[in-house]
Amino acid sequence: MRDRADFARKGISRGRALVSLQYADGIVFASENPSAALHKVSEIYDRIAFAAVGRYNEFENLRIAGVRLADMRGYAYDRRDVTGRGLANAYAQTLGTIFSSGGEKPYEVELFVGEIGDTAESDQLYRLTYDGQVVDEHGFAAIGGAAESVGGYLKERYTEGASLEEAIKLAVAALGHTDTDDREIAAKDLEVAVLDRTRTQPRKFRRIRPATLVEILGSATVGAAAQTDSSEPPAAEPAPEEPAEKPAEKPAEKPTEEKGADDVPLAPPADDDGEPPIAPPLD
Amino acid sequence: MSESRIPAAYMTPGTSSFADFLTAQSPELLPRHNAAAGNNLGDIAPHGTTIVAATFPGGVIIAGDRRATQGNLIAERDMRKVFPSDEYSAVGIAGSAGLAVELVKLFQTELEHYEKIEGTTLSIEGKASRLSALVRGNLPMAMQGLVVVPLFVGFDPDAGAGKIYGYDPTGGRYEQTGYSGVGSGSLFAKGALKKLYRPDLDEDTLVAVLIQALYDAADDDSATGGPDLSRRLFPLVHVITADGGRTLPDTEVAAVAQSVIAGRLQRPDGPIAEIEGGQ
Repeated sequence: MRDRADFARKGISRGRALVSLQYADGIVFASENPSAALHKVSEIYDRIAFAAVGRYNEFENLRIAGVRLADMRGYAYDRRDVTGRGLANAYAQTLGTIFSSGGEKPYEVELFVGEIGDTAESDQLYRLTYDGQVVDEHGFAAIGGAAESVGGYLKERYTEGASLEEAIKLAVAALGHTDTDDREIAAKDLEVAVLDRTRTQPRKFRRIRPATLVEILGSATVGAAAQTDSSEPPAAEPAPEEPAEKPAEKPAEKPTEEKGADDVPLAPPADDDGEPPIAPPLD
Repeated sequence: MSESRIPAAYMTPGTSSFADFLTAQSPELLPRHNAAAGNNLGDIAPHGTTIVAATFPGGVIIAGDRRATQGNLIAERDMRKVFPSDEYSAVGIAGSAGLAVELVKLFQTELEHYEKIEGTTLSIEGKASRLSALVRGNLPMAMQGLVVVPLFVGFDPDAGAGKIYGYDPTGGRYEQTGYSGVGSGSLFAKGALKKLYRPDLDEDTLVAVLIQALYDAADDDSATGGPDLSRRLFPLVHVITADGGRTLPDTEVAAVAQSVIAGRLQRPDGPIAEIEGGQ
């Protein structure tokens, strides 16, 4: 099991980070993704979105399965009967079974299932790991490579009830943050999408186009010095000190549900950096 | 969503058609059933009646009356027979009412499913073609009297214009020019449209023309409902342009319907078309 976990974590930590933030009118998902065609963030249903990191073919299979499950349920019952919790459960069972079955290679994926309600209090954000654990996140979370430092950056700066612009600025700044320096990510290399409660259509998922991102992010960097309303610092600011609380960050999150593998929850993915690569278990 | 692992079929890449997936996985959920062959079931199910549609520069409008009948009885007075199928298309249905509503639900899911799986929307022709397949799938039911005939409209962003597609019960699909209608009252409605329709009408005028056509259908076809003033039930009107589709609010349609009725109090047969070459 340990080998399998190491294998999965290794694969996930190779990719870029993906962050998810709750803001006043919904949930925003952001990731560095130079491809405009291969999405990491997608719509599942009216109020449910899916975001993932890791192996593309594996999370794409999970995404398609999610769309099929949701559409099937919505068609057989009613649109209101499709819930994020149900979907997160199905993913957890699937990932858990694959992880603990000897015949299959564990999935190298980590994902978010987000669902918005009528108010910010009823919004749900689930984080699922490669072994089928589900964590009910509150406010913000990061997955993928460098999730630790990105999550730490968010933890210091996240405020509840932010506007969409503020949330996107913070998300993008966090994605560009590493322990050594901060960099600015070009709008064309970003994939940003939101579940937006203010949309009049029943389908609340919306992608933020690069042109809109330039508008939002441009204002963050151009007039950063003069701006007082921006809650996050310009990208050039020295990295905040946080190594002291970093290792404790992940375990401190509150897992409300733990499903899947029967062995104990494993250490956070980034801990194994530097270990020699371990071959996937062969069958 | 189940409490156990997602079935393998859900995880298998392949079709982006929901109807195909449904047929393979849960055929019992398809809007058809195995009634004994040869029985005519047409009399036991309510019938929806008249739908009209017409294009105008930059868009298309579809409108339907609210009546469903069963034999000589009025089964429903406030039935909805015009449905948005996605942001840029809509479908109106005539024929066996319950089956038609299920068919529309499947069609709506089909379009949304494709959009989500593929990350892009189908072309207008592609949407019309999917609807053909669904109508054709209903052919065994049609043979037993449960006929469903849709009228499909949508905005084509490539052409920058609205399009109308008519169907037959075998799934045959025919692109219509200008205006069209389907259902028992459509003969009269199309007769009215033939005299009132101009390709260059603006949106508001075209709404009035379609309401006039539905009024004429209700005037001569007992299965088509006219505007119901006492119950405040008016035709459903859905407008689609480059900005997307919107169903007109009842108050807006009521105002048009009332002016149509006011005109009919003066002239029960409605507006008179100009006669070229006459005196």
